Amino acid sequence: MSKSILVVGGGFSGITAALEAAEVGHEVFIVEKAPFLGGRVMQLNKYFPKLCPPSCGLEIQFQRIKNNKNVKFFTMAEVESISGSKGDFEVKISIKPRYVGPGSVDLSEIIEKLSNNVTDEFEFKLCDRKALYMDVPFAFPARYVLEKENCTDEDLKLFAGVDAIDLEEEEKVITLNVGSIVYATGWKPYDVTKLSNLGAGTVANCITNMQMERLAAPSGPTSGQIVRPSDGAQPKNIGFVQCAGSRDENHLNYCSYICCMASLKQAQYIREQYPDAKVTVYYIDLRTPGRYDKFAKRILSDDKINAVKGKVAEVIEVSGSGNVLVTVEDAETGIKAQNEHDLLVLATGMQPSLAGVPVPTGVQVDDQGFIVGGEEQGIFAAGCAKQPLDVMKTAQSGTATALKAIQTVIGR
Amino acid sequence: MPEKIGVYFDQASISPFLKGEDLAEFVGKVFANECPVIKCHPRLNSEEGRKLIQEDIDAGNVDAVLICGTSPRVDWDIFNFDNVMVERVNLREQCIKVFRNPDGSLPDPNGEVPELLKIMANEYVKMGLMKLTKGGLSEAQVISSTKVVMVLGGGFTGLTAALYAAKTNHDVILVEKQDTLGGKAAGMYKTFPLAYPYLEAHETGIEDLIAEVESNSRIKVLKSAELTTLEGAPGEYTANIKVGSGSEELPVGAVVLATGWVPQDTKYVEPMGYGSSKVVTAAEFEAMVKGGTMDAESVAFVLDTRLSEEQFAAEEAAVAEGGEEVEEAKAPAAAEGEEEPSFVYEDMESYKHLPYSSELSSLVALKQANYVREKNEDGIAYIIYDHMMVPGVNERYYRAAQDDPGIMLTKGTVTSIKEEGSSMVIAASNTLLGENIEIQADLVVVPTGMVPTTAHDPTINLVYRQGPAFPDLKQFDGYADSNYICFPYETRRTGVYAAGCVRQPMTMGLAKEDAAGAVLKAIQCINSANHGVAVHPRSGDNSYPIFNFMRCTQCKRCTEECPFGALDDDEKGTPKPNPSRCRRCGTCMGACPERVIGFDNYNIDMVGSMIKQVDVPDDMEVGGPRFIVLACENDAYPALDMAAMRGKGWSPYVRVVPVRCLGSVNTIWIADAMSKGIDGVLLLGCKYGEDYQCHFMKGSELCDRRMENVADSLKRLGVEPERVVQSELAIDDYDKVSDLIDTFVNDMIKIGPNPFKGY
Repeated sequence: MSKSILVVGGGFSGITAALEAAEVGHEVFIVEKAPFLGGRVMQLNKYFPKLCPPSCGLEIQFQRIKNNKNVKFFTMAEVESISGSKGDFEVKISIKPRYVGPGSVDLSEIIEKLSNNVTDEFEFKLCDRKALYMDVPFAFPARYVLEKENCTDEDLKLFAGVDAIDLEEEEKVITLNVGSIVYATGWKPYDVTKLSNLGAGTVANCITNMQMERLAAPSGPTSGQIVRPSDGAQPKNIGFVQCAGSRDENHLNYCSYICCMASLKQAQYIREQYPDAKVTVYYIDLRTPGRYDKFAKRILSDDKINAVKGKVAEVIEVSGSGNVLVTVEDAETGIKAQNEHDLLVLATGMQPSLAGVPVPTGVQVDDQGFIVGGEEQGIFAAGCAKQPLDVMKTAQSGTATALKAIQTVIGR
Repeated sequence: MPEKIGVYFDQASISPFLKGEDLAEFVGKVFANECPVIKCHPRLNSEEGRKLIQEDIDAGNVDAVLICGTSPRVDWDIFNFDNVMVERVNLREQCIKVFRNPDGSLPDPNGEVPELLKIMANEYVKMGLMKLTKGGLSEAQVISSTKVVMVLGGGFTGLTAALYAAKTNHDVILVEKQDTLGGKAAGMYKTFPLAYPYLEAHETGIEDLIAEVESNSRIKVLKSAELTTLEGAPGEYTANIKVGSGSEELPVGAVVLATGWVPQDTKYVEPMGYGSSKVVTAAEFEAMVKGGTMDAESVAFVLDTRLSEEQFAAEEAAVAEGGEEVEEAKAPAAAEGEEEPSFVYEDMESYKHLPYSSELSSLVALKQANYVREKNEDGIAYIIYDHMMVPGVNERYYRAAQDDPGIMLTKGTVTSIKEEGSSMVIAASNTLLGENIEIQADLVVVPTGMVPTTAHDPTINLVYRQGPAFPDLKQFDGYADSNYICFPYETRRTGVYAAGCVRQPMTMGLAKEDAAGAVLKAIQCINSANHGVAVHPRSGDNSYPIFNFMRCTQCKRCTEECPFGALDDDEKGTPKPNPSRCRRCGTCMGACPERVIGFDNYNIDMVGSMIKQVDVPDDMEVGGPRFIVLACENDAYPALDMAAMRGKGWSPYVRVVPVRCLGSVNTIWIADAMSKGIDGVLLLGCKYGEDYQCHFMKGSELCDRRMENVADSLKRLGVEPERVVQSELAIDDYDKVSDLIDTFVNDMIKIGPNPFKGY
């Protein structure tokens, strides 16, 4: 029997679940696939409705981790297998080599000398990075990660004699004995290449909402300047396409909960940067429930932000200008209209990370990849692994799951 | 207080400009007695470096460790020594990396080391030593806490919370106002779907839940009961509960507030036709169906609440316009009054509870439309909505309704709802078909706004000096919600955690999660009190404010300013601390004009002494000016670190002193700095006002207010009050902060030298 708890996923709900359990005195292990903790919220510029920076809350969470010896975390780690049962699970975890040891060192000079440029997935391909990197300045742990496979022989020679780097490090597998398991595997943005009528990711100035977050973020590829990817020009007439993939039987058969608030928030980013810019939001329903009603009213009181009820049927590039031509069917008049925007943002939906990937025995998912059931077996889902949620509800869910996980391990 | 400090320099952090040996020599000269061990290491944050320190600790050579190198935000996993005090001097990020020559240029790594850089490094090391010598390890003030969770409210959320707490081995007192359990759920015919595949309404299961609670031996159920007062502090509350005609006094550790909601006054839906016998609220309709009295064939559910909202918003605006002058005239009179005003609760119910309830209204309309179909084969339900507010997985339930030919969903702006003959007529514009329409129905159902119980009544009835209720309720129109996105259970009252619809209108599915979360926080709070440590955000901190009551003048500032209501007072006004309510922000310490409040690990003398380590050259023209930046350690300080990491820098005349929160800044630090000849003080803290970002709620706001007061004292001293500047700095302002500092420095230089220089 074990009183320890395993949390799979080190994003906001996972960190919350782990900390809340640890602060009641339980040993908790966080297993995170990426090289850094924080998950999706690390990529966001601001939270709605307060328009405050996510790193503010993350800093507190990371401090709590630093100060609590009950929390242990593994990055670049994945669950290989789960065996045993409630109260006594044996979990095999594989950990990829990071090649950079503990102890903060400044490797910026070496990074500059590296030859290869690697597409930056963290920045949603908006830019390249080097094979030795940290995602953001507030990355946690504040420890570089090296992709050996993306280094040339010349690059590798640069690391000789750098004591923080160990090129011989190998993948390892560890076994943890835990009493309950929390799945907080979160979400991924819906794959834009599947949205063929919306440009399928081939229209340069038609970006996703997550790309917009990176463009607006001070830690992003443009240090927070919202510009067109094609030519770096400042946009003056921006469109938002809601439900890009969501509420669509051919894509995601549910509403992704956050996109309406996210687009209104992003409209605000634009308006703050460009006092003359015009914003149009094309929507089916503006879903700003409960306390977000106030937020929506505040944003929409700006006469340069216009919400239009209409389903966007097509998105094409205007040759020459790089502008984006949007065909929209006005739901109220039924009239099809064509509007040109110099930058278009697709409010792509939230797909569970487990969609389309094999899941360990004991974890059940529905037709969309959301975790269903499993609580009787001592496996609990938290946050967006279970259903689309905003950050606040994710934190509630993480806290709730901590209680359920504790209940399983304390016995009676 | 430590007696044997080991000082360790990390050469990797200070290369290429400084040599550990030089810094070591300086410390050896000035602090030979305090520091028996002074060492340098080429890379201190290596396994070998750690060993070097650990060996000194194990050998008993040192009882405190000062590590001079990387930022305290990193290498926490390496320098985590037990049983000694550890302090970090941030030489890499906030000295070497940010150092710029007075003209803004970067120092030449191959040239001579700038004298100003050496001075800066030495002073930061001295500050670190001061921090250690003026601090001490605290002994936790342990409360032998009562492990009882009191749940207020016996509805779905409260029952769920009670079971969660009981199943986590805690005794529970469940307090329900009514003589039966079940709350609103007991009156429901069905609930909309709560689990996958989210397609069909089903029974609420409330009877089973009630039975489970009533048969659980850990749960003491008090019906027809009301909490009259909650006295004391987390871990050791006493709840006075009126039960029927008697009363009980029970020990309680922490509280889950699950008192739910009450239907909004129907006057708010009168503009939507309420008052006609053919218009009912959703709550009334639910009761009709449950009671078997619903026999209407066609029912129209009107979700667009614009008619009501616009009318009441206009009325509110008219009142606000007329009312302002009256309020202003009243204010000074209240301030002069010696008598403390007795507590008057302002009712917060308004039309705004309609939009707050939008998601639930939409889901309930879908559910009730299905009732119409279920009860009558030929029944027709209309739903007229502005925005179908069914976010997330509930889209599936909406879709299922769309597949029913007897449910007509119409997007529209409702322009009127009128009785015509034997039926109701709803007129709407902007519908999907592009023309104005009229819908006839036997019955119209308008939404029920969900008004939290806390909008009408304090409910938690705390016997606190600052009053019986949550102080932030107005911000959320009465909902007992949190200001924080990341920390939704954090409020200004430690030990009381809201769950369910008293916090926000929410579905039963989310209420169940919320109940579990609130129970976890309640248990955690009891546990922390039992160990004498703080809860969020300084979780685990075992220090607590210590008062020197001999010198207290009973000015009541600390008791008034504490954001958490941790301090009560006696008749004379002497503060009575309650450590388990306290979050260790230091606001009381900042507020105290007599400086009688401090922590073992953070106090007036400590920061004051740190500031004193800054040597101010007598002649600004020769040695340059000097400035102090007091930076919030949670947000501004990390921003400064990240600015350094991103290659930014600032004036070499600036010294950064981290503070727990700007709320903890005592004006004596400013006055002392000024009397020492410091040319300016810059305070960097979080956003305040509405949507505040301070982790301690009011810190930066209180500091700003205190600085207004300090201005007068400075003027009297002949110092320009403009020398003290407070700026908002968010954690992601790392690309702005160097400009902010340099602008401040230039403004100060324009004012000229502090007249106190050289005294």
